[in-house]
Amino acid sequence: MADKVIYAMYDDDNVLKDGAKKLVSKGVKVSEVFSPFPIHGIDPIIGVKDTRLGIMAFIYGLTGLTLATIGMRYFMVVDWPMNIGGKPNFTYMDNILAFIPITFEFTVLCAAHGMAITYFLRNKTLPGMPAQNPDPRTTDDRFVMELRTSENAQFSAEELEAMLKETGIVELDQKDVA
Amino acid sequence: MHKEAAIREPLILGHKTYHDITEDVCRPIEDKAPRMWYILFGIALIIGLYGIGCILYLLGTGVGVWGLNKTIGWAWDITNFVWWVGIGHAGTLISAVLLLFRQKWRMAINRSAEAMTIFAVFMAGLFPLIHMGRLWLGYWVLPLPNHFGSLWVNFNSPLLWDVFAISTYLSVSLVFWYIGLIPDFATIRDRAKKPIPKKMYSIMSFGWSGRAKHWNRFELVSLVLAGLATPLVFSVHSIVSFDFATSVIPGWHTTIFPPYFVAGAVFSGFAMVQTLLLIMRKAMNLEAYIHTKHVEYMNIVIMVTGSIVGTAYITELFISWYSGVEYEAYAFINRATGPYWWAYWAMMTCNVISPQLMWFKKLRRSLIFTFVISIVVNIGMWFERYVIIVTSLHRDYLPSSWSMHYPSHIDIGVYVGTIGLFFVFFLLFARYFPVLALNEVKSILKGSGESYKNMPDDHHPEPTEPTPAVVAAPEAPVTEESASEAKSEETTEEASTEVATDDLKKIGGIGPAKEKRLHEMGITSYADMAAMTPEKIESLEKETGDPMTSAEEWMNWAKEAQELLNANK
Repeated sequence: MADKVIYAMYDDDNVLKDGAKKLVSKGVKVSEVFSPFPIHGIDPIIGVKDTRLGIMAFIYGLTGLTLATIGMRYFMVVDWPMNIGGKPNFTYMDNILAFIPITFEFTVLCAAHGMAITYFLRNKTLPGMPAQNPDPRTTDDRFVMELRTSENAQFSAEELEAMLKETGIVELDQKDVA
Repeated sequence: MHKEAAIREPLILGHKTYHDITEDVCRPIEDKAPRMWYILFGIALIIGLYGIGCILYLLGTGVGVWGLNKTIGWAWDITNFVWWVGIGHAGTLISAVLLLFRQKWRMAINRSAEAMTIFAVFMAGLFPLIHMGRLWLGYWVLPLPNHFGSLWVNFNSPLLWDVFAISTYLSVSLVFWYIGLIPDFATIRDRAKKPIPKKMYSIMSFGWSGRAKHWNRFELVSLVLAGLATPLVFSVHSIVSFDFATSVIPGWHTTIFPPYFVAGAVFSGFAMVQTLLLIMRKAMNLEAYIHTKHVEYMNIVIMVTGSIVGTAYITELFISWYSGVEYEAYAFINRATGPYWWAYWAMMTCNVISPQLMWFKKLRRSLIFTFVISIVVNIGMWFERYVIIVTSLHRDYLPSSWSMHYPSHIDIGVYVGTIGLFFVFFLLFARYFPVLALNEVKSILKGSGESYKNMPDDHHPEPTEPTPAVVAAPEAPVTEESASEAKSEETTEEASTEVATDDLKKIGGIGPAKEKRLHEMGITSYADMAAMTPEKIESLEKETGDPMTSAEEWMNWAKEAQELLNANK
């Protein structure tokens, strides 16, 4: 099926946001927005769900906490109970205070790096990946809204373009994709 | 959109558009480096290489080449380590703690402050590593199974906590910094014309495209990383202080150390940020983004943390007497009146008195004064660590082993070398990286930009027509561009007939001094400036015999003047 992608370019974030609001209220599905910086408030309008990366960070943190505890208990209590200054490591709880700094650091280490790696993988932003923004100016001062005819079956491409033109765009472009 | 009180000083001066921000930050990267950059880089590189030479000599010969002895087992090495770690505190404090507090002024400085942090922590990490003597066995600090049977590293030791704290801090700061850099690398990538830079920035930008979902994740990741990095900032120097505080050496064995070290670290870190940024903003024409207000905010932080440090010094003195421990009391009497009295009083002067001068608004808004104080503070903070380490060690419990520490030339070479290396890294950063967080600065332009704040309809912004630029060119597709060009030619002609004086300082890159020179050249209004052509500029520059700036800069000024003219209409 022939799918047409329509790119509408704006030179202001608020104009784009209001435009998107208008289009969505008419039942148009906005498939993507490209912008040089985060446009606050655009996500609920175009139906982008909040990310769950925060939950993942928490899980990674818990993993780090557990690993650090198990590791230090094994190293310092089970495998080689060190006796330092007459204060032996009989149980983990005896010396737990001395283990807090590393437990904390390792928790943060796992949470931060786990989240960062997940973020890169989910975004598919990895070294050497090709850029996908439709116009190089979208990383400078232009804001592009992307509509697809396949997602807006009730409108023709011309109707979509006519609606877009009412929203204060500065440029319009379209592309056929297979 | 977030609205800021009109009485608050704007964070971005002048009439800037999103594109201007991109231009101002990317131009120094895309242009050829100024000669001064090569000179500074050369000097830093030579000093850095000398330092590396000293380190190699040390590794080949042994730690004995340092001026250490049996009594003073830690001296310049650990002093430098703590000094560099301390300097490395400001960056993450600015980007993480100030992010949590929603301080928007951080956005102009966080990128370079964080770069500074990372390079400073590199330098800090060098010292414990070379202090091991056998650098190639450095991996022994990690809890790895080994050929000594089930012998593990000592998890009860603050020295091992330090390994974890510093490496976590370094790697998390690095990731935080790089995640913020990716969208800005994408901006440079999309502007790059030459194939090699384009390829490089394309790899470094990880294929960032600025999708709404990606920005959504970006913001959350920044927030969570800030939340994670904030306790990290405080933990790192607390743990560094444990290296001393958990020992039983009089002068080290105090519970005040963690907060005192953290305050001192922030104090010296901000001082280093001031030193670097005051030069950078000038050299890279970023005066519109990093201006007096930013410097003032940082000076207030220096004043507050400096006061905490001063209070800690006095508390320490008081407790050494009040505790009734004569060894403790002697350690402090010896600091102030013993053979190292000069180091103690240098520390007191630099760290206690100098930040108190920041109470005067005139002084804390003076850039030259700030620059001087920032260097004084860093000298003072180096002496603080020297005093804590060397004077506490040099007279121990046995008077027969009392000793003095004299640095060898390798001590000095390694220290000076790390300063050289630090500047090598920082200069490379300033040359190839976006020194301002482009995407963040753009996002505060409408809330805190001067031209937007001073708009008459500030309080009732029309949602669909928020900027004059948009009002001028709505509806139609890009063919409008050529039409507006034609229109601008007309306005130039009209305007040039008027005799007017405008505030030329509103044009990015023009300060009071340049404005004065422009007036002398007969350029007093935006119209005059907008009418500049490359030929006119050449003849003007020839006349004065002292070229003011590059031709591109002139044309940018002309363009901005034109925009200001259009806005005034």
